[in-house]
Order: sequence, then structure tokens, then C-alpha cells
Amino acid sequence: MSGHEFKSFFPDSGEVDMADTSTNIDETTIAELRELAARYPQPRSALLPMLHLVQSVDGRVSPAGIEACADVLGITTAQVSGVATFYTMYRRRPAGKHHVGVCTTALCAVMGGDALLERVEHKLGIGPDETTADGTFSLERIECNAACDFAPVMMVNWEFMDNMTPEKAEKLIDDLADGKDVASTRGATITSWREAERVLAGFPDGRADEGPSAGEASLLGKSIADAKGWAAPKPEETAL
Amino acid sequence: MTDLLTPVLSANWGTAKSWDIGAYAAGGGYAALDKAFAMTPDQVTELVKDAGLRGRGGAGFPTGMKWSFVPKDNPNPKYLVVNADESEPGTCKDIPLLLASPHTLVEGMIIASYAIGCHTAFVYIRGEVLHVVRRLRNAVEQAYAAGHLGKDIHGSGYDLDIIVHAGAGAYICGEETALLDSLEGRRGQPRLRPPFPAVAGLYASPTVINNVESIATVPSIVVNGSSWFSAMGTEKSKGMTIYSLSGHVTRPGQFEAPLGVTLRELLELSGGIRDGHQLKFWTPGGSSTPILTGEHLDVPLDYEGMAGVGSMLGTKALQVFDETVSVVRTTLRWVEFYKHESCGKCTPCREGSWWLVQLLKQFEDGVAAPGDVDKLLDICDNIGGKSFCALADGAVACVTSAVRHFRPEFEAGYHTPARELFPYGRSALFEVPEGSHA
Repeated sequence: MSGHEFKSFFPDSGEVDMADTSTNIDETTIAELRELAARYPQPRSALLPMLHLVQSVDGRVSPAGIEACADVLGITTAQVSGVATFYTMYRRRPAGKHHVGVCTTALCAVMGGDALLERVEHKLGIGPDETTADGTFSLERIECNAACDFAPVMMVNWEFMDNMTPEKAEKLIDDLADGKDVASTRGATITSWREAERVLAGFPDGRADEGPSAGEASLLGKSIADAKGWAAPKPEETAL
Repeated sequence: MTDLLTPVLSANWGTAKSWDIGAYAAGGGYAALDKAFAMTPDQVTELVKDAGLRGRGGAGFPTGMKWSFVPKDNPNPKYLVVNADESEPGTCKDIPLLLASPHTLVEGMIIASYAIGCHTAFVYIRGEVLHVVRRLRNAVEQAYAAGHLGKDIHGSGYDLDIIVHAGAGAYICGEETALLDSLEGRRGQPRLRPPFPAVAGLYASPTVINNVESIATVPSIVVNGSSWFSAMGTEKSKGMTIYSLSGHVTRPGQFEAPLGVTLRELLELSGGIRDGHQLKFWTPGGSSTPILTGEHLDVPLDYEGMAGVGSMLGTKALQVFDETVSVVRTTLRWVEFYKHESCGKCTPCREGSWWLVQLLKQFEDGVAAPGDVDKLLDICDNIGGKSFCALADGAVACVTSAVRHFRPEFEAGYHTPARELFPYGRSALFEVPEGSHA
């Protein structure tokens, strides 16, 4: 032994935990993995959705999931691991039932995101990339989630929680912990991280009609235009 | 003279069940298809060229010209890939569009695919927006059921399938060649060009990659004509586009306006900077576009106007920061983003972004050594323009522009922590308790 152990600078990187061999992957999962592969002109294109499905079944990217993907696609487990460790949404350790994200990219951070993260860490008793002992929550310091006009932003299981405050964040966590119905501000009723991962993999949950069409900020320009009587020109006014 | 705001893409966002095909069709949706099918594919491309539509994803490349680069004699299948990986800090226009009106994109994709002769089209959408993925998949299913997708669409003899593909968290996949690698089931790392995707893209076949907003604009051009579109905007920047105003403004939100509107005009509509505060700096199109200040309030927000003041129009993501904000803190946070998102392929970006973060942390903590501002710029000089893709250029653009406009604030980092000069709690929208480290 050299005595030198490689330590990554990136807190969320690292290898897939090969020691934890537990899995729920069964024949149904394998059939669904094959179904995903068949949706693309070339099967390997399905690898990202397939890994989302593995997470929905095993709560993380499991060694058995990596082998199943490799088998279905006819590639090596090293190739699958290489992909699984590149993307931040793939978890190498079990995520919580609810995966909470707090945006701390520049704009959200200065508008309160840093303070929100501090409060949520304290409330949950865990830091980023950790999971509570009871498995209910995992926490992530997320990057810009394309909702800057609703800053500061949090996400739960990749559903928007817009215009957050520390008080709202605490209530959100209490309500989720108590198993109450919680609705995203621009999305559906919160289900679970695993169910969300299944939808991302490509198996709909029938909730597309839940939630509003848009948030207030999204409609601001249109509502001002309506109030002022502003509109795009009429085609007949612009004909050559 | 057109009106200050011209909602077209956002016109239906507030209608009941706007995401549903019933509401979309009731508002005239899918009417562009038969009009397009009555034209030859080349005529559709010419129409989009004549309109002067330029890419809305950042680079501003003419959309119709991009389509015309697809070689006609290549025996491989042709592909359209829509880039819905909206992840550039500050950028938040495609996600609300897809949430409220996914059918606008689907309709645009059918027309664009017809124009380039493609029969399988993809939407690569970032994975971290669950409900948007739901709405988009639902829209595609509804479009199949209504006969707008599948075989012999509207009796035209034209076939098209659309595949909605959710990513897994990687900013770099917004870069078009990294996106292609990711869509092929690999790590998302950029490719060396040439060959360009138009010749050898997805599966080494001719591929057109367009931003969501670019493709969503196409149906309105087909329905209303190219002269309608080019009646809006400025000489070289035609049409309407979505501006996203965020940060320390009274009312943040989305504003669809002709290209060339100014930040001053948009700020007036949104109630100005939050009460009791003044503008300090802003980005015209996300964190990769060099920052600007109050001097630039009247510069037209179009491709030429922004280039003229040393910045870029980018994604029209106007992030506004007031006088409470430390530019050092903000720059560090942006660079931390690029460091985390660097794919690791090119050494200057992978190593350089790491060094920038280390150095900027010292500025933030007030322990940088005298002369470190020049070291910062020197490192930037060794990163920018020296990698495969533009991620590294974006990482240094926020640093060099911040130093250009606020050099004394960086020099203060030789002796005073940023949070002493700019107590961080004052920038937050809510009260941050004493003793908070945030």
C-alpha cells in the first residue's frame, strides 16, 4: 500500500458504493429497461433514462442496476459507471424519500439562498449530499434551476418551490415529515423522489394536468401588455 | 413603430389549461401545419431565413441558415434535436414556455423537421424540472392522438416521431456537441469541430440543434409571414423574443418584446429596482455574458447592441443586482458554478476554473495578496479561448468584466472581507438573523 488514498475535491463525486449490493431489480424492471432501450434508434441512447429507472427502483444507482443496464445495452459496467458518475442527478448513496434542493447559484444565493440553506441544514440536521437517519430527507445544494424570476428557489423531488423564505422552508419540511399533502407552486402534489425518477425515466404518472399553467412572474409581461393594450402587429399591417 | 411589449409566444400562458391540446387548438394552434405542408421543405427554410430569425439560445446564429447546412445527398437519416437543457445561470424562459404551452414547441418541431427532411426528432430537456417533463410528454402524446405526429401527418405523406429525453444534471449538456454525446448515452463532453453537427451530429448523421424558443417561434412565422416577424425588432435583430428579468427588481418576470428594447424600458415596466435601492450591475444574457452597469441602461438589447458594449445578448437573462451586493461574492459564486460544471475534458478549463475559485475565495475573505487582481486576469487569459467549447469563455467573462467595472472592489480584497464591505444579509429578500454565516 502506498499510503496515499485518492480523495476527490468534489463533495458529491466518488465511486458507486459496491459494498451495498441490495437491490429490488426484478424481471419487471429488466423488461422496462428493455422497453426504454427500444424507444431509441440506437439503444445506448436510453442509458440516461435507464439510470433514472434504476434509481426509482433501488433509491440510488446500485451495482445491480449498473449490471442490468450493461446487460441490456451490451456494454461494459465500466461504461455505465462512467456515465452514472458524470451526472449530478445520479445518487451513489441512498437518497431520502424527499430530495430537497436549495439553489445557491449567485442570484438565488444573494437573494437569500445561502440563508435558506443554512436554515434547512439546521432543521434537518444534515449537510448537503447527506440523508437523514430515518431516510425521509436528503439535501442538495443545487445549481440554477431556471426559475430566477421566482428567487430564492428550492426544489422538492425536482418540483418547484418558488419565492421561498425561511419560514416557508420550515413549514414545507414539517408538512412533508408529517405526510401532509404538499403542492408545488408550479407543479403537482409532491409524491416522492423515487416516483419522480420513474417519471423522468419515461413512465408517466398521470399528473400533467395538476398545478397552474404559469406562475405570476411568468405572466407579468403579458398582463402589462393587456393593461396597456399592447400587442404584436397584425399580419395585414405588415404585408409587403 | 411596434408596441413596447409584443406577446406572441407568451400570449396564451394565462389561459385555462393552456398546456392542453384543446386550449392550444382553440387558440389557433396547429394551424401552421397545413400551411407548411402546402409549401416545399425548401420554401419553409427560405421563409424562416427571410424572417431573419436568429437562434434564441445564446449564439444568435440565423436559424434558417442552420437548416440549409444539412446536406441533401447524405444517405444517413437526418435529425432535429431541440435543446431544452436550460441551465445557464439567470436563464428562465424556455422552462415557463414549456410548462405553459408545450404544444407551441411540438408544432414548431413538426415544421422544422419537415423543412430539414427529418423523421425522428428529440427534445433534450434537463431532468431537474419534473413537471415540465410531464407536460411536454403529455403534449407529445396528445399530438400523436390528434394525428399531428406519426405516419402521414394531415394526409401530407410526411412521417415524424418525437422522443422526449430527460437529462440527468449537467450544465455542459446545453453545449450542442456535449448534448449529442449525452443523447447517445455517454458522458456529456463536447466534440471537436469540424465536423459540424449539420454534417455529422447524432449517430454521426446530419443533425440540426436548435433552442426551444427558436423552434417555438417558427409556427408564428409560418402563420403570419416573414414580413410580420421582421416588422418587429431592429435591422439585424428581427422579431420578438422573451426577456427574463430577475434579481433586485420590484416585480421580476418574463417580458416578450421586440429585440432592441432597453433595460431602462423593462425596468420601468417592472417597477424599477426594489424600493430604496439602486442598480449596481446586471447581466444581459446569463452569467456567461460580461456584466454591465448603470451606464448601459439605454443600450438596445439586441445582438449588435450588446456586442457593441463588450457583452453578448446571450439568452436575454437580465439578472439585476443592487448596491447591497458584493461583486466579488457574486463572481466567486458564478465561477464555483463553472468549476463544478466543467466536464474535465480540456485542461485550461478543468484546472483553471479550480484556480480561479481558490483565488476568488481569498478575495472574498480579504486575504488576497497585493497584485492578485493581475494574477486573476492572467489566469483568465490562460483559460479563455483555449478549450473545445464556450464554457471556459463564460467562466472568465464574468471575472474579467467584473474586474473591468469594479476593480477597486477586488483590490479591497487585499485587506477587507467582502462581507464586511457588503453585509450579506442586506442583499436577501428576507431578514437574515445576526450571526448567520450566509
